[in-house]
Amino acid sequence: MFSSGIDAVVPMLCVTLAALAVMGAEAFRARGEQLPLGGLGVVGLVGAAISAVLLWNRNAVSFGVVVADNFGLFVTLVLLLVALLTIMFSSTVVRRDGLPAGEYYALVLFATAGMIMMATANDLLVVFIALEILSIAVYVLTGIRRDDSRAIEAAFKYFLLGAFSSAFFLYGIAFTYGLAGSTRLDRVGTYMAAQSMSGNPLILVALGLLLVGFAFKISAVPFHMWTPDAYEGAPAVVTGFMSTGVKAAAFAAFARVFLSVFEPFSGEWAPLVWLLAAATMILGTVVGVAQSNLKRMLAYSSIAHGGYLLVGLVAANQVGKAAILFYLLAYAVTNLAAFGVIALLGTREAANDELRDYAGLWHTRPALAALMTVCLLSLGGLPPTAGFIGKWYIFSAAVSAGYYGLAVIGVLTSVVSVFFYLRVVVMMYMTDRPAAIAPPPVSAVAMAALVASIAAIIALGILPTPVLDFAAQSIATIF
Amino acid sequence: MLALIPLFPLLGFLVNAALGRRLRKTASGGLACAVMVASFVVAMLSVGELAGMAEGARVIEQTVYTWIASGDVVLDLTFRLDPLAAVMILVVTGIGALIHIYSTAYMHEETDGEYARYFSYLNLFAAFMLVLVLGGNFLVLFVGWEGVGLCSYLLIGFWFTKTSAADAGKKAFVVNRIGDYAFVLGMLFLLVRFGTLDFQRLASVVAALPPEAGAFGAISVATLLLFIGATGKSAQIPLYTWLPDAMEGPTPVSALIHAATMVTAGVYMIGRNAVLFSHAPGTLLIVAIVGAVTALMAGTIGLVQNDIKRVLAYSTVSQLGLMFLAMGMGAFGAGIFHLYTHAFFKALLFLGSGAVIHALHGEQDIRRMGGLKRLLPVTYWTFLIGSLAIAGVPFLSGFFSKDEILYETFAAGHWILWTVAAVTSLLTATYMFRLVCLTFHGERREASSPAPSHAAASHLHDAPPAMALALVVLAVGSALAGYAGVPHALGGTNPLGAWLAPSFRAPGANPVAELAEGSGAAGLELTLMAVSSAIAIGGIALAATVWLRRRQLADAVAARVPGLYRLLLNKYYVDELYDAAVVTPIRVGSAEGLWRGVDVAVIDGAVNGTASLVAAGSGALRRIQTGSVRAYAGSMFIGVVVILGYYLWR
Repeated sequence: MFSSGIDAVVPMLCVTLAALAVMGAEAFRARGEQLPLGGLGVVGLVGAAISAVLLWNRNAVSFGVVVADNFGLFVTLVLLLVALLTIMFSSTVVRRDGLPAGEYYALVLFATAGMIMMATANDLLVVFIALEILSIAVYVLTGIRRDDSRAIEAAFKYFLLGAFSSAFFLYGIAFTYGLAGSTRLDRVGTYMAAQSMSGNPLILVALGLLLVGFAFKISAVPFHMWTPDAYEGAPAVVTGFMSTGVKAAAFAAFARVFLSVFEPFSGEWAPLVWLLAAATMILGTVVGVAQSNLKRMLAYSSIAHGGYLLVGLVAANQVGKAAILFYLLAYAVTNLAAFGVIALLGTREAANDELRDYAGLWHTRPALAALMTVCLLSLGGLPPTAGFIGKWYIFSAAVSAGYYGLAVIGVLTSVVSVFFYLRVVVMMYMTDRPAAIAPPPVSAVAMAALVASIAAIIALGILPTPVLDFAAQSIATIF
Repeated sequence: MLALIPLFPLLGFLVNAALGRRLRKTASGGLACAVMVASFVVAMLSVGELAGMAEGARVIEQTVYTWIASGDVVLDLTFRLDPLAAVMILVVTGIGALIHIYSTAYMHEETDGEYARYFSYLNLFAAFMLVLVLGGNFLVLFVGWEGVGLCSYLLIGFWFTKTSAADAGKKAFVVNRIGDYAFVLGMLFLLVRFGTLDFQRLASVVAALPPEAGAFGAISVATLLLFIGATGKSAQIPLYTWLPDAMEGPTPVSALIHAATMVTAGVYMIGRNAVLFSHAPGTLLIVAIVGAVTALMAGTIGLVQNDIKRVLAYSTVSQLGLMFLAMGMGAFGAGIFHLYTHAFFKALLFLGSGAVIHALHGEQDIRRMGGLKRLLPVTYWTFLIGSLAIAGVPFLSGFFSKDEILYETFAAGHWILWTVAAVTSLLTATYMFRLVCLTFHGERREASSPAPSHAAASHLHDAPPAMALALVVLAVGSALAGYAGVPHALGGTNPLGAWLAPSFRAPGANPVAELAEGSGAAGLELTLMAVSSAIAIGGIALAATVWLRRRQLADAVAARVPGLYRLLLNKYYVDELYDAAVVTPIRVGSAEGLWRGVDVAVIDGAVNGTASLVAAGSGALRRIQTGSVRAYAGSMFIGVVVILGYYLWR
């Protein structure tokens, strides 16, 4: 366990080096020179992915605090995919909106490095550092359009509230350290297992504070209030990145801490997470119905999806644990692609992200409309898409673990949610195009990313078994 | 080979969706029809193969691959052809192909792009419907179940420039989601309780259990949830309200989806799980009562509607009610028999009404029709055959199937339900012939319409060849389809019943020794047949008297009981009731309550309360931040307090 090799941090390192390379290249860039900064980032991501695959089944540990077990590596691969797709979508957007390319790509890569660190952290303090690395990068990305007052306000709100929640999280770590004498997850776990009968209230306080920190990052109700503002204010690509990457990383750490370290106390936290899950699913869905801005609607939708993931966490049986990983992947690809379409339809002058901007899209951009339809059907959980399999798994895990109430709420909210996803489909196909809103051209790279995501969504819906096996294997390594 | 059956229409969909806008109508329409015919041919070959097998062993199964596998639960993508599925695929591909052909003429005025869009939806629908009936387990069935719902929704709203069409699509969707909700819960419940969703394995497992007589146990709950799903898809009380509105879609769509195939999916689902439902007598009784009440209620509404398609829509709801009644009586064969004959005559009636509407350039109000018999002979004669068949006139298809339902109901001792069904039959004959009389007989009343009748009359043409072909073939089917199930009492052998019977037993179970039909039973059956024949002919005579000879009589009756008339005309005010009781509260609740209320105001308010307490103490802090950030932080703070409070003070 005390191997001090650096194997486990190699994926993170690749991404970080790529980020540094992007920064360096930007610094020495001649005025007016166009550099393939995104491509540089892709090289780093591919390197990281290769190293992650090579680390598979090796359970490498570095410095005792970063552990590249299969669970962490699965999430790492999901995160790398998220970053890759984000960069591919960004290629169009950065140029179109005149965003500072060097800063933009470097921040995306730093955030990715932070996410990977969070997914593989084996120490509460490392989780915290990772959380801060990714958060600060994401705060800046939210406000990267410096001339847009909405974006600035969103970034500021996100930052203030994020700092607030970090304080709770840190406080939770302090309590844990005070009790267990260590922040290393394995040692804390040993302590907790020994204390499971003690009923020490301080343990519960520590647990509660950590729960708050995680709940904020995955925007669980009532810690979700920043989400719609931040998601609406950020550029659509960044929103896609935040709503999938940050959520996946935070969920990985959440699951690792609560399903292993605090497993002996599951009787204490499960009822609370039950409540959070129910409130999150209900509020995300019901409020989503009333939205007319697509980004805001998808923001509430992603809140609701966080609720479904929480259901998997509550129903932490063997099926439920694998379901979380599958759902993370399915949701990440789908949501990212949906935000990708939104991003590609915007122009420098107008975001075009109101529902009415999608009227008759089928007539002007049939391919984008068709791809968006698949995303929305998957988000709504209609067969045969990735979203359907993910939901099916989550809910059958809940039912077999005896959480009938959660399953009933979950199925109900997902049924209701289809209503607002399909409203967009109706807009695109069954409404006349009001005026000739000429959507901008889409670059081949972005289109390739979209088509690949859609292919993945359908493939995951039709042939989920290999990925499910993969997920089941990887979760088996730690819990 | 089974997988080919849904694959053909799926290919048609893909090609038309991808390239349709660049294809000419002959190409896109021709392709759509060709894939349906190909699918029909493969279906015929498969059923032929099935028929060649030994009775009781008639199952062709194709597992394409393992779809979902985790732990003990393995769900395969399995297609399974058994006698029940065989009847269904022949109906879906056969009648489906005819309706595709009919559509090539009916939709001809659309632009190329719209034409291709129409056919791509129609093909996609057929593909999903075939997945639904061929699916070997609940999850595959559910893929089809959701898919046909989606296509139905898209096709109802096909003419989206009409607000009513767009609204109708939305309504169909929302109502169906309620049903689907229960359906998913039912599936999950079965999966957890029995560890499988495969129809055959479920049947085997359940067959070993005693029926839940007198107790409402797990099977009863699961089947009831599934039945709620069926009431959504098959338009039964309380979820029937979407179907009449669905008539906003193109008429061939009404014929295919909202009469012949999709709406019967609920009946099929019960037949598919006959063993399961048989073990839940409580649910079966509910099914029967809901079916009977729906049949009667929809029949009465159909009597006073003036839109030709709406009359047919209520008729469909009513006939579906009779099918559910049969299922509820445990007479699964009778229910499927009626499903099968109904597919012919109701598709025919819809296509006939389409031909009328086509000829009259969109007129759907029967008060402005009349006298079309001579002008549209093909349409008239085929429509007449369809009407006679649905009315239950002896020796046409509807007679045999409806009679079997009535007989089974009576034989099971449910004479109240039998009476309801008999009255429904009378209503059926009456409203159908009201339709025939007002549309085709009497004088032309088109003059009263704003369109100049002279010009219209000169343009009036009977169904073009593609439409006529479909009408004639379906008319022959409507007349003869019933001979697949001639009862023993009439000297027949009910081959359809015998063919279907193994599908309603657990696999490997021995057939229950059929009670030899004694002369007494045959006598009873013959008596009942005579009664229902008299009802059918009486209903027709009544309609002819009232709406042909003495028009004023109908108005007089309506004037005599204005309250009842208005109640029926307004469909028992169910839509209004649902609006007031369900729709409005939800809309207000979502927009005003949870969003503005909870998410913005209440949290805001509560927080402003605490925040202003703090602020009052330290006045300088006021208005440093925007209100909303303070509110958001407050929301989090409340969350923290609740979570910690839960631990500290519980």
